[in-house]
Amino acid sequence: MLKLVKFFTGLVLALLVAQARAQLEIIVTDPGAQRSPIAIVPFPGENLAGPALTAIVRADLERSGLFRGVEVPPLSPAPTENTPVNYGEWRSRLADALVLGSVTANADGRFEVRFRVYDIVKQAPLGAIAYVFTKDNARAAAHRVADFVYEKITGEKGVFSTQIAYVVRRGNAYELQIADADGERAQYLLRSNEPIISPVWSPEGRRIAYVSFESKKPVVYVHYLEDRKRQVVASFKGSNSAPAWSPDGKTIAVVLSVDGGSQIFLLNADGSGARRRISNSASIDTEPRYSNDGKWIYFTSDRGGSPQVYRMPSTGGEPQRVTFEGSYNVSPRPSPDGRVIAYVTRNAGKFQVALLDLSNRQVQVITDSDRDESPSFAPNGRMILLATVIGGRGVLSAVSADGRIKQRLPFAGGDVREPAWGPFIE
Amino acid sequence: MRSIVIATVCAAGLLIGAACSTTPEDQAAAKVEDKSGGKPGASAQAVQPPKVAAVDVSKPQAGSLAALKDPNSPLSKRSIFYDLDQFDVKDEYRSLVEAHAKYLRENPSARMMIQGNTDERGSREYNVGLGQRRSDGVKKMLILLGARENQIESVSLGEEKPQADGHDESAWSKNRRSDILYSGEY
Repeated sequence: MLKLVKFFTGLVLALLVAQARAQLEIIVTDPGAQRSPIAIVPFPGENLAGPALTAIVRADLERSGLFRGVEVPPLSPAPTENTPVNYGEWRSRLADALVLGSVTANADGRFEVRFRVYDIVKQAPLGAIAYVFTKDNARAAAHRVADFVYEKITGEKGVFSTQIAYVVRRGNAYELQIADADGERAQYLLRSNEPIISPVWSPEGRRIAYVSFESKKPVVYVHYLEDRKRQVVASFKGSNSAPAWSPDGKTIAVVLSVDGGSQIFLLNADGSGARRRISNSASIDTEPRYSNDGKWIYFTSDRGGSPQVYRMPSTGGEPQRVTFEGSYNVSPRPSPDGRVIAYVTRNAGKFQVALLDLSNRQVQVITDSDRDESPSFAPNGRMILLATVIGGRGVLSAVSADGRIKQRLPFAGGDVREPAWGPFIE
Repeated sequence: MRSIVIATVCAAGLLIGAACSTTPEDQAAAKVEDKSGGKPGASAQAVQPPKVAAVDVSKPQAGSLAALKDPNSPLSKRSIFYDLDQFDVKDEYRSLVEAHAKYLRENPSARMMIQGNTDERGSREYNVGLGQRRSDGVKKMLILLGARENQIESVSLGEEKPQADGHDESAWSKNRRSDILYSGEY
């Protein structure tokens, strides 16, 4: 009887996992891309807290494009973080890395996941950790596990625990939503009958600035995520748009038409003080973005006759042109390490995401869709989230910074656009 | 020349005590919601704080309002359309703009919002800039024809509020436009 129940539970779980996995479409466009095989053995007890933790961990790691989950047959007894590892056995299963762990229910009603990561090729343990979590946070716990595994193996921080913001449009209903980086656990911050564009996360991740048209013109707001309060930061006469945070979170660059045209100004993020104009042209200067070190503001300007990417010192000063190839280069986004600028370029009527390497001026177009907009770097710089149109519907997609891995994020219904990848969560 | 025109407009604006300020006052009282309705004449007992009294949302007379909606009046024509990448008001819309300039001249308390729009192609924020260039052009023309700067707010909706939903030139040509609205309509 017990066996039967177990079997039944297993079946249901398998179906749920299959469903979750089917939502995420991962396309590896370069078959030569190296994806490291990793064995993640289902943690005994992991179904106590609801979703199968290891299925989420595996989906996260595969989504990075760097890992491929190795199928593990049911093992008896099921190994845990305390089971001695037979490296030869795992090598014969063609795994380069291994994760073993377990989940237990604590007396206080919370759960605890304990696990270890092993390098099978080097025959060495890479690290171990335990997380305590409530049932509501089981997915978040799984993302933390995936981040730990990712960092131990690659040496760089994972972004599975981060969040994304984006706008969903259904007819004339607009929602600014935030969700986990895998598109799950979506919730809305703002619902409006007028458009919402250009959400951007503050550096510490507790505020989102955006442009709302609810008063029949563009106005810039800062929304505080914890208490759902929001504040008008720019509602000058004319249009107020294109907010960008300084790296210290104290200043917001915006585009205002109050002095005529569209020019870049700085405002205190708390709404205090006066505006400071930093661009000075008779052209459109827009889409400001601070460099990671805060020294530069990259922006779009059509001062040369066509829209191109420029940069100027973040306190104002003489602009330098950054893009030269093509007649339409917009929406610059400096990478987190400051070495690369992602932007949208128009090629024969197609709008695609390109990367400009600032050290050697090399340009690489990394998407092959035709209506890409709003690129947004993951905080570790590995992936770029963007909006595109597939089958007449707005969707989010992500592409690895080397262009080799593309994936589509699943959303039910509506047009999805204006993605913004949030910062690391400490 | 342009700066002289602006200077003149600013001087005119100063006479009625509002326009051309570059202090935070022109931040449209966004943080303080005015629920008084700003009724003219309500300052008889001087109980209104100046900020509220300065918000003039008084409406034109009923007769004029009707003219704005009368399909036989040129004032009912509210949209100006543009060719690709163009921002100048085409000759065929000149009489439309002249009619609205005349209305603003004759109704100094009338307030207008001009919303510039673009087609869907390209960056949303750059399109906000392009739409602004269109609405600024209409505003400049209205001022040259005698309207006061403080009567008109030119804004941009970018590509966000298309009139036609298609993805071809027949839709795009309907979406590259400036729309004129009077207070009470926005």
